[in-house]
Amino acid sequence: MTRAGGATSADAGQPADNQADAKHADVARAAWRQAVLAAELFAIDPARLGGIVVTALAGPVRDRWLDIARGLLPSNAPVRKVPLNVTDERLLGGLDLAATLATGRAMAETGLLAEVDGGVVIVPMAERMTGGLAARVTAALDQGRVAIERDGLGLSFPSRFGVIALDERMSDDEATPASLRDRLAIHCDLRALSMRDAAGGTDEDQGRSRDVITARARLASIVVSDDVIEALVGAAAVLGIASLRAPMLAVAAARASAALAGRPVVTQDDLARAVGLVLAPRATRLPPINEQNDEQPDDRTENPENRSEPDVAGQEQQNGQDQRQLDDMLIEAVRAALPAALLAQLQCQGTSRAKGNAAGKSGVERKVLNRGRPIGVSRRAPRGGARLDLVATLRAAAPWQQVRRNARAAAASGSGVPTGSQRVEVRSEDFRTKRFRQRTESTTIFAVDASGSTALDRLAEAKGAVELLLADCYVRRDQVALIAFRGKVAELLLPPSRSLVRAKRCLASLPGGGGTPLASGIDAARALAEAVARKGQTPVIVLLTDGRANVGRTAKGGRPAAEADAKDAARALGLTGTRTLVIDTSPRSEPFARTLADAMRARYIALPFASSHTLSEAVRSEIQDER
Amino acid sequence: MSSHSQISPIAASQNRSFPFSAIVGQDEMKTALMVAAIDPTIGGVLIFGDRGTGKSTAVRALASLLPLMTVVAGCRFNCDPATRTSGCALCQNTGQGERSREALARTAFVPVPVVDLPLGATEDRVVGALDLERALTRGDKAFEPGLLARANRGFLYIDEVNLLEDHLVDLLLDVAGSGENVVEREGLSIRHPARFVLVGSGNPEEGELRPQLLDRFGLSVEVTTPQDVKTRVEVVRRRDAFEREPEAFIARWQPEDARASASIAAARERIRGVEVSDAALERAAELCIAIGTDGLRGELTLIRAARAVAALDGTHAVSDDHIRRVAPSALRHRLRRDPLDEAGSGARVARVIEGIFGA
Repeated sequence: MTRAGGATSADAGQPADNQADAKHADVARAAWRQAVLAAELFAIDPARLGGIVVTALAGPVRDRWLDIARGLLPSNAPVRKVPLNVTDERLLGGLDLAATLATGRAMAETGLLAEVDGGVVIVPMAERMTGGLAARVTAALDQGRVAIERDGLGLSFPSRFGVIALDERMSDDEATPASLRDRLAIHCDLRALSMRDAAGGTDEDQGRSRDVITARARLASIVVSDDVIEALVGAAAVLGIASLRAPMLAVAAARASAALAGRPVVTQDDLARAVGLVLAPRATRLPPINEQNDEQPDDRTENPENRSEPDVAGQEQQNGQDQRQLDDMLIEAVRAALPAALLAQLQCQGTSRAKGNAAGKSGVERKVLNRGRPIGVSRRAPRGGARLDLVATLRAAAPWQQVRRNARAAAASGSGVPTGSQRVEVRSEDFRTKRFRQRTESTTIFAVDASGSTALDRLAEAKGAVELLLADCYVRRDQVALIAFRGKVAELLLPPSRSLVRAKRCLASLPGGGGTPLASGIDAARALAEAVARKGQTPVIVLLTDGRANVGRTAKGGRPAAEADAKDAARALGLTGTRTLVIDTSPRSEPFARTLADAMRARYIALPFASSHTLSEAVRSEIQDER
Repeated sequence: MSSHSQISPIAASQNRSFPFSAIVGQDEMKTALMVAAIDPTIGGVLIFGDRGTGKSTAVRALASLLPLMTVVAGCRFNCDPATRTSGCALCQNTGQGERSREALARTAFVPVPVVDLPLGATEDRVVGALDLERALTRGDKAFEPGLLARANRGFLYIDEVNLLEDHLVDLLLDVAGSGENVVEREGLSIRHPARFVLVGSGNPEEGELRPQLLDRFGLSVEVTTPQDVKTRVEVVRRRDAFEREPEAFIARWQPEDARASASIAAARERIRGVEVSDAALERAAELCIAIGTDGLRGELTLIRAARAVAALDGTHAVSDDHIRRVAPSALRHRLRRDPLDEAGSGARVARVIEGIFGA
C-alpha cells in the first residue's frame, strides 16, 4: 500500500521558481492525502472507529471527499443523512400511525438509527447539533443498538454504524458537540484545501476501493501488541488528551491502517498514522519534543523531515521525565505524525473545546405555547393558544379505537341510536400539543474594561461586581460570556458557557493595565450578542468601564479619535436593541460612562453606589423586561 | 408485556456487557454501586464525570453481579412473596382479578432488573399505558406496565440524566418519592409499587441537574479520567481485548465477577447484624454539621452506606474507616452549593473529613 502511506514521499519534484507556493501546495496535497487515508480507514471499520469529523464548508472539496468516502463503503451499506431537526419518531422509531390504523395492529416504524445498522450516518451542519440529538446518537454508538420506549412500544434494534459529521463552523465559537466528537476517531480539516489539491482520477478511486475491501477481510487477524497500546496511550498523555476514548480509537485506527497496508501486525507506520489522524487533532498541548521550536512554528511545519539530530538530543534532556516513560518508537511516531499546522490547530482546538464545555444549547428548554422552535409534544388540551399536533393526537388515539367502538356499540345497542361506524374517535385526552422552545434562555455577556485607567483597585471591585452577578446568573441558569479589553484589543476570554467556575477562573486571572480600546470592547460585545441572538437566545450585555477611551478601532492611541470611535460603537450597539447595563467603574461620578450609556440606550449604574443588591436587581430587571 | 416479540434492551446487552471486575480503578464508583446493591434504601446513585470513564459501562456491568431475587411467579411488578401486602393489587388479593392462593404460592427466581430509560422515551412507556396489541386486536382495555413496573425492586438507569426531559423528571421525582406509580386514564386506574434504585450518569458539561432531582440520589460519585499512564494503558488494553473477543474476555473475568457477586450476596445477609455504635452516629453527625448539609437525609444516608460497606468488608460494626470511605459520596451533593467554589464540593468534603478524622 504505497499511495496512502507516503504523506511526504510523493510530489518531491516541484519546480522551484516559486518556492513558497510549491511548499504550500505540498502541504495542502499532503493534507488531502491524509483526508483520503482517513476515508479509507473509516471505510474499513466504520463502527469501531466511530466516525470522522470533517471540518469544511460545503463546496467542491468536501463533495469530492464525501464521494470518495461513500464510494469506499460496502455497496450495500445504508447511508442516511440525519437532519438537525429530526424528530424522535423518525430518529429512534415508534408507532407507525398509518399502518396501525390501517391494520388494526400495533405496527412499529423503524427509526433512522435502526435503518442505518451496518452503514453510515451523515450529520450535516454538525456544529448546530443540539446536545439532545448528540446524546441519542452517542447512546446508539455506545451500545450498538437503539432502545425505544415510545408510544406503547418497547423495542430494541441493532444499530452499528459510523458517523460522518460535517462541521461547517465559520468561527471557533461553534463546534460539533464534544460528546460526539469524543467518540469519532478521526478529525480532519479540509478548510485550507482547494479543488486543485484534491485532484485524482477515477482509476485511483477504484484502486482504493479494492484495497479497502481486502483490508476489511484482513482486519480480524491483525495483531496489536501491548507495545502499540502503550505507545498510543503514552502519546495521548504527551499531547495532553484526557479522554481515554482517544487512545482506544487510535488503536482501532492503527489496526485498520495495518490491514490497509497488508501487514499482519501493527507497525510504527501505522502508529504514526493513528497519531496523526486520531490523536494530533485532539492535542491540547504540544509534545515536549517541540518546545524549543515553539518560536518558529513555520520552520517546523515546512520542514518536518529536516529536523536535525542535535535538536532532538537537547530536547530529550530537557524533558527527561516525560520521555523516559515513552520508548523511542513512540517518540518517532509522534514526531513523524504531527500534522503541518499543529500550532494553529491547537489554537482552534482551545476555543472549540471551550465551546464544547459550554454546550449551552442543550440546557434548559423552556416550553411555550405557540412560538419558537418546535421541540416536541406535550399532553394537554389545545387551549390558550397552544397548537394541536394532529399526528401526535391521532397516534395517541389509535390504540383506543377498538375499545371505544366496542363501548359505543354497547351503549348504542341499549339506546337504539345508530353508531357512526368507522370514523376515528378522538377524545379530549388524546389531544397533544406542540411544544416550542422559547427564547428566554439568556446569555449575560460581561465586557470588562481592564485597562490602566481603571486603576487596579477599581478592577478588583469590578471583578467583585461580576462575581456577584455570576452567582445570580447561576440562580437563573443563564449562560455567561466574558470579554476583556485592554491594551490594543478586546478579547473573548470565555465564550458563552454555563460553567461559572470557568468564568470565575478567567476573571481571576485577568490582568489589568494598558490602554482602553473601548470601541473594540463594545464591538466585540455587540458581535457576540448578535451571535447569541442568532442562536435564539436573549443576550444581555453588562459593560464595566469608566468610559475613558484612549485607543481607537484602528488600535491607534489618541483620546479624541478613540472617544469618537467608542461613541460610534455605542450607538451601533444601541441600534441593535440589545439590553445593556453600563456599570461605571470610575472612582468619582464622571459624565463619560453616562454619555456612553445614553448612546447605547443602556441602563446606567455607578459602581461606587452599587451594592450587590442593586446590581443584581438591575440585571434581573433587564432580563425580565425582555421576557 | 404485549405479545409481539420484543427484545428487551437490557437483556440483550447483559449477555455481552463488559465485566464489572475488569473495570480498572474507579473504586468510589464501584463501591457506591455495590452499596446500592446491598442496601437499595440508600436512594440511588448519581455518577457524574469526564467522558470515556466507563460510567455507563459500570452500571450495565452491575446487572450481572446482582444475586437473583424471589418474585411471585408471573407477577408483572416483581412483587416479593414475603411482603405481599405492599405489593401490587393482584398480589395483595384486593381489587379486581384476585390471584388464587396457589398462584401466590408459586415463586420464581429472576435476575434483579436493571432497566434502561433511554432518551426520547415517552411518558406512556415510563408509567405504563394501554396494552396496544390487545386494545387494537380485541378492543380490550388492559394495562401494560411500563419501565417503572419493570424496574420495581431493581435498578432504573438513566444515562445522560441531565438531558432528561422535564416532564419525565417530574414524574420520576414523584414516583421515587412515594415508591408507588399511579396511572389514571380513561377507565384505567392502576397503582402499583415502584421502588427502585435510581442510577443516573452524565457529564456536568452538558448541563446541571435540577436540585430536586439531585437531592433524590443517596450517593453521588465524581469520576475522573485516571492520570497515571500505567492505569490508562491497562484500561485501553482491556477494552481492546473485550472488543475483539467479548466471550473469551467475559469468561476470563467470570471468576472475579462471581466473587464480587458472592460478596454482595453475603453482605446483604450480614447487613442486618452490623452494629452502629453511638460513637459512629456521633461521628456522622459531627461530619454533617461541620460540612453544613441541609436536613437529616445526609446523616441517614451516610450511616446506611457505612453499614453496607462494613457488611461488604465482613465486619460487624461500623468503624471510622467505613464512614470515611463513603462520606464523600454520601455528602458531596448535599452541600449548600457555592457555584463559584473552584475546588468543587468533593474537595470541600475531603477537607472536613481530614479535619475530623485527622489526615
